[in-house]
Amino acid sequence: MIKNEEMHEAVPARRDSMSAYLSPLANGIKPSGIRRFFDLVSSRKDVITLGVGEPDFVTPWHVREAAVYSLESGKTQYTSNAGMPELREAITRYLDDSFQLKYDPAKEVLVTVGGSEAIDLALRVLISPGDEILIPEPCYISYSPITTLSGGKAVGIETFAKDQFKLCADELRASITPRSKVLILCYPSNPTGGIMTYEDWLPITKIVEENDLIVISDEIYAELTYGTKHVSFASMPGMRDRTIVVSGFSKAFAMTGWRLGYACGHPDLIGAMLKVHQYTVMCAPIMAQYAGLEALSEHGLEEKDRMIESYNQRRRLVVKGFRDIGLECHEPQGAFYAFPSIHSTGLTSEQFAQRLLEEAAVAAVPGDVFGLGGEGHLRCSYATSVPQLTEALERIGRFVQSMKQM
Amino acid sequence: MNELQLKVLDLLKEDARRDAELIATMLGEPVEAVKQAIHDLENDHIIVKYATVVNWSKVDDEKVTALIEVQITPERGRGFEGIAERIYLYPEVKSVYLMSGDYDLLVEVEGKNLKEVAAFVSNKLSPIDAVLSTKTFFILKKYKQDGIIFEENEGDHRLMISP
Repeated sequence: MIKNEEMHEAVPARRDSMSAYLSPLANGIKPSGIRRFFDLVSSRKDVITLGVGEPDFVTPWHVREAAVYSLESGKTQYTSNAGMPELREAITRYLDDSFQLKYDPAKEVLVTVGGSEAIDLALRVLISPGDEILIPEPCYISYSPITTLSGGKAVGIETFAKDQFKLCADELRASITPRSKVLILCYPSNPTGGIMTYEDWLPITKIVEENDLIVISDEIYAELTYGTKHVSFASMPGMRDRTIVVSGFSKAFAMTGWRLGYACGHPDLIGAMLKVHQYTVMCAPIMAQYAGLEALSEHGLEEKDRMIESYNQRRRLVVKGFRDIGLECHEPQGAFYAFPSIHSTGLTSEQFAQRLLEEAAVAAVPGDVFGLGGEGHLRCSYATSVPQLTEALERIGRFVQSMKQM
Repeated sequence: MNELQLKVLDLLKEDARRDAELIATMLGEPVEAVKQAIHDLENDHIIVKYATVVNWSKVDDEKVTALIEVQITPERGRGFEGIAERIYLYPEVKSVYLMSGDYDLLVEVEGKNLKEVAAFVSNKLSPIDAVLSTKTFFILKKYKQDGIIFEENEGDHRLMISP
């Protein structure tokens, strides 16, 4: 017979607020700095925005039409968990042709709901509590929070404008501890536009090998390089089986809203990711997969080249524009962002971005939201029309000039 | 034509107001080279004119446009050239194409109203000796012209700030 008091003790005390029900992990994550700035921008009119991390092109019509046709033909079912076999084959052909990466479509490719899901899956299957995840920064805003959500500890490695925001071997080596397990790479980089060449990668591969690290290489911007060809980390000698390549259709094919991505890597890693994927999202939407198949066709690749040429033209315009204004700007060689320094103005990134919005009606993202090394910079997307870019540069120029006169 | 000229043409085709400085920046080429390319293109009559594409349906002073299929008898020695010239010299004729298929010339005519276009066809075009027949089609609505979509419903729907 249980006494009344004992029964009472078995029932936990009621929590005093709804947020008290949340797990410490979920509670500990801060809302993204981009979101915070988004709310500020939304309250204003007549703003030219350089804050958009997606192409300004609409998905090419033949790709959209392929999705429409798939719906008309009644293709509305689940696909295999790993993604339609023909899409996986098209992805492997494309990766081989473009980046000399060879994968077995049956065991080494997983189609996901955007590249974001692929990164989340990779972290979930790799991280044990307390593992340290090395992340070169400034970087895409999600890596650190999803590392935390997976139970790991994010360790930022600062990169610098003077090195074109490349990952330096010394900085990487200095950040490694016995708990280091995973290195997340994102080159070409959001937000800096930095890239890594074969020579840049070589010393990194040595450190990865010596310290037995697994690499998650987010190569979503791989197509968007200017003047040099992207070198996939997985294509470096000895790195293929240590690397999970993550990519997707959002950036190069202007398909952000379709949420279609993929991961490629060793069958044991992809197999583990497939398990989590099948229990959580089942499969990527079938119409998006048909669209992706069309995007990888010959016709789709031509459209992609046309868009890249256009980004390149705007990249030159924006970099010259910032330098003419008197803001230091390293030359971004990938993605579609310029990352000028605003140090000379004496303002913090947050102050500069806020005043630029209020006084000049131009929105750009303060660099500090992207982590170490981002403070003192501004992320400006040039995936915007030439007249808008020209007008934005004029407004920024007037704004910087007005500060000098004060 | 060299590669630079082709690139310059592409950029001017998108927006004829772009100046040499802007084009030079966008292409990463010296301004002098771009100026020279534009000069050569104009001299060679490759760039014929800098014009504006107007969506007349948005202007009160609306115009009427007709496409006219014309069958003609070619002239000895000159083929279709002489007749084509007689037709394209009329100011109301906006374009003339020699076509393959059921008829010979496609003539685009613009007028203030339907009556004016009809008068041109019956008084000027049809009486030409070599003209065998005409078939007139009035344009009811223009959706796309010179690669430009008039009622663009694919505007920029992106969020103001995104990752």
